[in-house]
Amino acid sequence: MARKPSNLLYASSHEWADVEEVGGDKIATIGISAFAIEQLTDLVYMDLPKAGKKVVAGEEFGEVESVKAVSPLYSPVTGEVVSVHADLPNQLDDLKEDPYEFGWIIKVKLSDESCLSKLMDHAAYEKQCSEAG
Amino acid sequence: MTGYLFHTDQDRREMLEAIGAASVQEIIDAQVPADVQMKVPLAIADGLDEMSLESLMRSLAAKNASAASHTCFLGGGAYDHFIPAAVDEIASRGEFYTSYTPYQAEVSQGNLQVMFEYETLVTQLTGLAVSNASLYDGGSATVEAVLMSLAATKGRTKVVTTTALHPQYRQTIDTYLESIEADAVVIEATSNGTSESMIAAIDSETACVVVQHPNFFGRYEDVQRIADAAHQAGAIVVQVFDPVSVGLIKRPGDLGVDIAVAEGQSLGNHLCYGGPYLGMMACREDLIRRMPGRIAGQTTDRRGKRCWVLTLQTREQHIRRDKATSNICSNQTLLALRATIHLSLLGPHGLRETAEHCVAKTEYARQQLSRCQRLEIVHTGPVFKEFVVRDRDGDVAELMQTAFNQGILAGVPLASWYPEMSDCFLVAVTEKRSRAEIDRLAEVLSSSLAAV
Amino acid sequence: MRNTQATQLIFEMSRIGRRATVLPPLDLPVPAVDQLVPKDHQAEAPLPLPELAEGDVVRHFVNLSTLNMSVDTHFYPLGSCTMKYNPKRNERLCSLPGFSAVHPLQDPATIQGLLQALYELQGMLAEISGLPGVSLQPAAGAHGELTALMVAAAYFRDRGENRTVVLTADSAHGTNPASAAMVGYETRTVKSRSNGLVDVDDLKSKLDGSVAVFMLTNPNTLGLFDSQIREITSLVHEHGGLIYLDGANMNAILGITRPGDFGADLMHYNPHKTFSGPHGGGGPGAGPICVRDFLAKYLPQPIVMKNGDTYHLGTGENESGTNDSIGRVRSFFGNVGVLLRAYCYIRTYGGLGLRRVSEDAVLGANYLLSRVKHILDVPHGDRCMHEFVASASKIKKARGLSAMDLAKRILDYGFHAPTVYFPLVVDEAVMVEPTETESKETLDAFAAALFRITDEAPELVHEAPHSTKISRPDDVTASRRPIVRWTPE
Repeated sequence: MARKPSNLLYASSHEWADVEEVGGDKIATIGISAFAIEQLTDLVYMDLPKAGKKVVAGEEFGEVESVKAVSPLYSPVTGEVVSVHADLPNQLDDLKEDPYEFGWIIKVKLSDESCLSKLMDHAAYEKQCSEAG
Repeated sequence: MTGYLFHTDQDRREMLEAIGAASVQEIIDAQVPADVQMKVPLAIADGLDEMSLESLMRSLAAKNASAASHTCFLGGGAYDHFIPAAVDEIASRGEFYTSYTPYQAEVSQGNLQVMFEYETLVTQLTGLAVSNASLYDGGSATVEAVLMSLAATKGRTKVVTTTALHPQYRQTIDTYLESIEADAVVIEATSNGTSESMIAAIDSETACVVVQHPNFFGRYEDVQRIADAAHQAGAIVVQVFDPVSVGLIKRPGDLGVDIAVAEGQSLGNHLCYGGPYLGMMACREDLIRRMPGRIAGQTTDRRGKRCWVLTLQTREQHIRRDKATSNICSNQTLLALRATIHLSLLGPHGLRETAEHCVAKTEYARQQLSRCQRLEIVHTGPVFKEFVVRDRDGDVAELMQTAFNQGILAGVPLASWYPEMSDCFLVAVTEKRSRAEIDRLAEVLSSSLAAV
Repeated sequence: MRNTQATQLIFEMSRIGRRATVLPPLDLPVPAVDQLVPKDHQAEAPLPLPELAEGDVVRHFVNLSTLNMSVDTHFYPLGSCTMKYNPKRNERLCSLPGFSAVHPLQDPATIQGLLQALYELQGMLAEISGLPGVSLQPAAGAHGELTALMVAAAYFRDRGENRTVVLTADSAHGTNPASAAMVGYETRTVKSRSNGLVDVDDLKSKLDGSVAVFMLTNPNTLGLFDSQIREITSLVHEHGGLIYLDGANMNAILGITRPGDFGADLMHYNPHKTFSGPHGGGGPGAGPICVRDFLAKYLPQPIVMKNGDTYHLGTGENESGTNDSIGRVRSFFGNVGVLLRAYCYIRTYGGLGLRRVSEDAVLGANYLLSRVKHILDVPHGDRCMHEFVASASKIKKARGLSAMDLAKRILDYGFHAPTVYFPLVVDEAVMVEPTETESKETLDAFAAALFRITDEAPELVHEAPHSTKISRPDDVTASRRPIVRWTPE
């Protein structure tokens, strides 16, 4: 089932999170929004963490590069990286085409759910983007 | 007045009028507060016309001995190799000489293609996958390799080097490490001038080992064994290589080295009292995004034509600022151009012959000097193009002076770097030295004994 | 007419068996080379280097050279880079074997003429900066920044002060924060106000006992001299910090004002910019630094000293036998070839002449500004020092022409482009530095070309340049799938 942007949570730094319950754990799938990808223009490289890395909400977990800019990727949640979309850096055009399904970046097992309350819903995020644009 | 200015009085009047200012001073006064402006002229002698400057510089140049006026056996990281005329002729073209960093690729294809050719040549010389477009010199290139290793092995803080690594490169490493959390451990070379003992110093804290091969004493190191040990411990292997030597001996990439660095002066660059020289660096493919400096890459233009651009620029200071791989901006492109022309002229056979001449002539010099009663060859094992000589009388200064008086720059005294070798000097023999010159060196150093 | 055969890659031109260099026969009573080099060290295969005849090599590189714009051939108003005329006489004189063939480890007694020139250059750089301690060792401007920050770090270490922060201006060159990071400092950015000068209130809010150095460019990268300079330097000094001056823009102030007089404690020069060293397609440069007397003992060694009539190399050791020098930052003395050209340049102009250089640089920039301000928006007023920054922001909105479009199209008119998209504080920045070695006619022609471009069909400009061998290379593919060496097919 395709992931719908309207069902996701968003950080002000343009990452999305899709939280599901898997075997008693809360797992958040993380990506970056279509708006962010548009703003970054032509992506050329991504630097991703390895599985097992601890990430903290609001802190950097990786980087995405265009030809003449580097942008940090900030984790919207706190927890441990359990899976990494390792092929993504080689398929950046596909990321642009499909940022929400194909374009997932990492999956994080949450260690603290309180971070979720700081994220925006889709409507609030849309509002932020329209104000910025 | 002398100089290179353009404007006539008429120009100045018209320009000021267009600006709407009465004088340049008025423009300056509008910005520079009066209390910080100079009240008196700079205390620097009046300007010189071209003929006067020429006679001044010629008189200063005439006061210097050089590899042009004397027979040069000095080495220690800079060498009197032959430079074909075509190198100077081509590199002095204004289109190369007076251009700058290729920020506009369309009007810099000459420089960019040269950078791409240079990078390819360096990968061919090193057997490694990628090269940058140049760094400052051998010493700072070595430090950059160390910093790269520290970044790639995050958390590790130990850098293992050896006394057989160029002492000025070691000093440079020490200076840079002073401000960051890492320490260099220097292993004493063996009595035969090699560094196998580095292996015992490698541990799980080790970020990298830095080995020079052929080393500062001219000796060959067992790089492969050192590399195996380092890799087992998860450390990076940095080799300082001699770009002439790989005409004959195995390349860094053939020996398991991860990052190779070199002083590229030997490839068509003038001695010039130490600079500008050419810092060379090549590395494994997966380290490319940690590389410092410019990198030229191939691509196509909007009409599909093959061309070259500066690439992977997000590593660099103008984009990544405090998180850049290095702060380098201006580099040594002109020297890299010279190396590219030089290597194009030499080709594989020319470089091999140059290396063979170095080895054979160095061996001949070793034989001849070993016959001098006063002298002792310190390391008996094989060497590439230099070797350490001991003066049994312990008066290296006198020996060097005697040779100098006979028109010979005989060697580099080692006392200031190696207290235990205060009676030693380093002799280098390039392809430029003739049999007669080597015979003369031996003769002069022998007769010095008679003079005592 | 382009020779496309000669501008293939040297690897494609290679033919097995061709060669340019042949050495004299080797005739020595020594064993064969494969006996002299231990077997396990010998290469197993010949190097894959290209094989070319001398004529191939010359024609190839001469043809490549014609694909470059350069100061010798074109107006090159690349802001921040001071692309002034590179005097031919300096090339001839610095190539004399008495300079170019000197080995770096020769005894100082054998190179008294060279050391005299370097010693005098140290004195001249001290005089021009108003800072008495000089090291000629750093290899480029950024290397000078790094070295000076190491000097500052040594000074604070000596005083037992643990200062961890370097402040940089938001309009600073990227080298400033990059250099600070290499010395282990955390960098914080001080904002500019809308007039382009340092926001003193923002500076005050960031100043405390943790600040080691404020790195300042003055005139700044907008080409503006900061009139609050005295207040800024006093503030930093009151908090125990040091002022570093990025000397990239010294061409504006020679003999007019001195960094030491306006409060700088350390600085670097870019002699390849200010004192006319050829830029060589990206380098070499040099980055000599000057410091206040209390910092001089930390400078890297050697420094040229004079004793009576004799020049020698100092070691940094003081009378008590200790040495406070930070050590070396590279091998050998420094980029002597570049330094000697600076020496020739300074001797050519003399003290009064140098001031004239800066006055003409300021005159040229203000004149060009007076023409360009009718074409592009110049957000920081109608006065500047040696360069100014215009913005293509309005014309981008009105006609869709970006700074990059203007830069690309101006190439078709036979001018090198200005610096674009720097400094970062100006939207669609177009940074123009004409230098003092351009005629009024050239400046007029440049302004006229810019004016015509802004009136041209946007499609024509978007696809520019049209007259060059290539146009608008694909940077994205180059970065995504880097091809950084030639490989046989």
